[in-house]
Amino acid sequence: MFEPVLETRNLCKSFGALTATDQVSIDLRPGEIHAVIGPNGAGKSTLIQQICGGLRPDNGQVMLLGKDVTSASTQARAKAGLARTFQISALAMEDSVLENALLGALGASGRPWRFWQRASAAVDLRDRAEAALDRVGLLDQGDKRCAELSHGQRRQLEVAVALTLAPRAFIMDEPMAGLGAAGSKQLTDLLDGLRGQAPILLVEHDMDAVFALADRITVLVSGKVIATGPVEDIRASGAVREAYLGEAA
Amino acid sequence: MIRESYLNWLILLGLLAVPIWALTADEPFTITLATRAAILALAAVGLNIALGIGGLVSFGHAMFFGIGGYVMGILAYHAQSFTPLDLGAFSIAGTKSMPIIWLVALILSGLAAWIVGLLSLRTGGVYFIMITLAFAQMFFYFSISWSTYGGEDGLSIYVRNGFPGLNTLDPIQFFGICFVLLCLVLFLNARLQGSPFGLALNAARQVPARVETVGLDPMRIKLLAFVISGAITGLAGALFADLNRFVSPTMFSWQMSGEFIVLIIIGGVGRLMGPVVGASLFVLLEHWLGGLTEFWHIYLGTILLLIVLFARGGLIGFLTGKEGAHV
Ligand SMILES: Nc1ncnc2c1ncn2[C@@H]1O[C@H](COP(=O)(O)OP(=O)(O)OP(=O)(O)O)[C@@H](O)[C@H]1O
Ligand SMILES: [Mg+2]
Repeated sequence: MFEPVLETRNLCKSFGALTATDQVSIDLRPGEIHAVIGPNGAGKSTLIQQICGGLRPDNGQVMLLGKDVTSASTQARAKAGLARTFQISALAMEDSVLENALLGALGASGRPWRFWQRASAAVDLRDRAEAALDRVGLLDQGDKRCAELSHGQRRQLEVAVALTLAPRAFIMDEPMAGLGAAGSKQLTDLLDGLRGQAPILLVEHDMDAVFALADRITVLVSGKVIATGPVEDIRASGAVREAYLGEAA
Repeated sequence: MIRESYLNWLILLGLLAVPIWALTADEPFTITLATRAAILALAAVGLNIALGIGGLVSFGHAMFFGIGGYVMGILAYHAQSFTPLDLGAFSIAGTKSMPIIWLVALILSGLAAWIVGLLSLRTGGVYFIMITLAFAQMFFYFSISWSTYGGEDGLSIYVRNGFPGLNTLDPIQFFGICFVLLCLVLFLNARLQGSPFGLALNAARQVPARVETVGLDPMRIKLLAFVISGAITGLAGALFADLNRFVSPTMFSWQMSGEFIVLIIIGGVGRLMGPVVGASLFVLLEHWLGGLTEFWHIYLGTILLLIVLFARGGLIGFLTGKEGAHV
């Protein structure tokens, strides 16, 4: 029916005796937000790592736009259209907000071997970086050092850097982590507007956000997919409650 | 507190003023000291690109310094002895021309940095320090055993190499050459730091994972920085050998590598002018205290300790009131 943008096929990953990813097959379709939920230690971040290239699966495949990228590097996957945000903000803390966004634009440009031009004067980079900052509402903070940002602003900057890549799919690991109600709401609205641009694989603990945003939900427990389907089905099935109460598995 | 951009100009003017004063006061030895400071500064500027921006703590930069020195020594030795330099398949004549020597020094030390970088950049932290040290030690012991070029005793060059249109034997003219090269490289460094490449390198030091996720390869970026860094330190090595008209294995020694790191820490890690401040102070202390006591390194060590404990941004950080280099 749909040609999925991203797909995992029977992904498996063990750390010693611990099976962190157990035969996980999920897909991400155009225009949707697909939420992956599950208790702490369920293997959500491990799954994302395998999708984005930080970890090699023991078994199974990762398909991006119909191509097998299972053994491709993180850089190659980013170039092919994956944009990831980190559960714990991974930003250049000593650099300014604009510089962090410029880095994303530089990656998207694919031409980092420029030694003479001033980065902040490179029109192609600057336009892209500022458009992304504008989108998340950080444009007026461009000169601030990243270390001076509030936690919420850092989460927004994470999203802005992903935006500069103009990706084919967003992979977001708990973008709401540590945000208050107001920040959460703000970011929810932002992500809601993104799905038209590229689908989002969203790992999230914040259930209000998940129910507000997701088109489909997959529940992961102990590395296994215990339920997957449209939001209403998951809500009705009680799989979520089971997952968070630890009754399943 | 003083703005860093003003301070930078002041530092350069200071380094220029000393030999000009010495010229009018007829103190040629002071000119030589200033030249020594400029050359050591150049070597440390090279290291600062790898260490300060890229976070690559190389404890082996004497390797590139020594390569530059031996390039000068070997090419000049064959020129002064009128013997061809046998390269296996073919042989070339030596040369006494500085520009040619510099070019060869840049290329060979850059090439060495590329190979060493390829082999060691995958490691980090202490391992990187150890591997770069080990490579430099290999060159050190090799040069000791290389009897064709003086082995342990080193190699003397009788007349300083030439530069078109200048009398390089005149101390102030040779200082001029070194100072101009230093300024050129500092300018290049400043441009590089603000360039897209500098942005990527700066980020590769702080968060390599982020650099990867935007589709860039942090290893390749660091490797190129290491090559640029090694080439600059190699150029400084060629000038250093020309200043002394002598090369020896000490140019490859770990003490030399350590000295470069010390110069950077004194001035301020990652600061554009850090190496210039560090080298100037180092040469001053070496001269003044070295005349008073042979244990002058103790005083240097004390200063270093004070800086590490109380002025994390080095002297430049102290004077500008800004601890971080990257603001
Ligand atoms: N590199 C590793 N080596 C060994 N075990 C690991 C490694 N990475 C993760 N694990 C283990 O794998 C399991 C899954 O971890 P993961 O971080 O994927 O969970 P998560 O679902 O993202 O949890 P959270 O909601 O807390 O972020 C955990 O038990 C964790 O301890
Ligand atoms: Mg996680």
